[in-house]
Amino acid sequence: MSAITSFDEFLNGLWKQNPIFVMVLGMCPTLAVTVSAVNAISMGLATTFVLGASCLLVSLLRNSIPKQVRIASYIVIIATFVTVVDYAIQAISLDLYVALGAYIKLIVANCVLLGRAEAHAAKNPPLPATTNAIGMGLGFTLGLFMIGCVREILGAGKLFGVSLFGDHFQPWVVMVLPPGGFFVLGFWLIVIAAFSHFSSKRNAQLKGVQL
Amino acid sequence: MNHDSVANILLTTILPGNFVLAMFLGMCPFLGVSQKLSTAFPMGIATAFVILVASVSAYFLNMVLVHFHLEFLSVITFITVIACAVQLVEMYVKKAFPELFRQLGIYLPLITTNCAVLGVALFQTARQYNFTQALAYSIGGGLGFTLALVLMAGVRERMQLSNVPTLVQGAALSVVIGGLLSLSFMGFSGIGGGE
Repeated sequence: MSAITSFDEFLNGLWKQNPIFVMVLGMCPTLAVTVSAVNAISMGLATTFVLGASCLLVSLLRNSIPKQVRIASYIVIIATFVTVVDYAIQAISLDLYVALGAYIKLIVANCVLLGRAEAHAAKNPPLPATTNAIGMGLGFTLGLFMIGCVREILGAGKLFGVSLFGDHFQPWVVMVLPPGGFFVLGFWLIVIAAFSHFSSKRNAQLKGVQL
Repeated sequence: MNHDSVANILLTTILPGNFVLAMFLGMCPFLGVSQKLSTAFPMGIATAFVILVASVSAYFLNMVLVHFHLEFLSVITFITVIACAVQLVEMYVKKAFPELFRQLGIYLPLITTNCAVLGVALFQTARQYNFTQALAYSIGGGLGFTLALVLMAGVRERMQLSNVPTLVQGAALSVVIGGLLSLSFMGFSGIGGGE
């Protein structure tokens, strides 16, 4: 029973309450680092790690942190893990570190993290809190990846650094520039709104038939 | 050491290197508090003030950290100082402008997790700005943020009068407007020597 609910919790973050497309949180990294699919995935995974680890810690300490200073404590916990990730990425791949720049450190200021810590981890035992956090993190990664793919394909004609269209492809440069980030995110938001609109309409029709 | 002139930095951060429209810092209030001009402007000023305080304290903090070789603590100390500065602004606004305090709601304490504030502290350290340069960077950043917020609010007030398809309403519409604003700000590239 508990396995099913925690799996639900996991899926919830991945799609139903996707932090990017449904809650529209954590927009800064969403738009800034999604120039290529690789950047998007690594940023997403770094965020997932910080989210999972800090939610676990917040959940473990939830009874010993006084209410008045909880936000400050959460931020310090998050900042600690961000520092760990920052140095880890620097050690693993210097290229990636240069590409992501200060945006790794800016994970601290990602609203998804503080939102999860406050709304979920502070009220739940460690296991569901961590599952929910990792689901959310992977949902965030999925969102980043969807945006990153579109921007890399249109803006550079590549995917994962592999050229897709040959030499005569004229890249759509604006897609890798700042406005492109806004447009691709807007495009996905519209597609998802359309999708949920039509599926809810169909569900309503199906119900009508059964009645 | 960085040799950009003060005027250069000021112009670059307000127009072509605008924090919101070119560097994607501070997106949450940009999308969240930009419905009305009457709240967008004070929100911009409050954030600009916090950015200034954060930048000055980050400059001196960084000097201390470098002196003791504790650079790895930079993120933690910066965010703590920012949280304190925000608390200060919140208390002041609550006391002096209670009406405004209610309108801004949750977004006022959320300035703490505004990437623009932490971003200024981190970028000025990464670029090794000296004190006047850092000051210009933070003032320009704050003004640029206010400008973007006010422009966005102006456009959104107009959009309320127009007939928008249901599917596009809400976040998607604001994101696309943001994209168009960002596109027009790219026209300024070259001013201030560019990035």
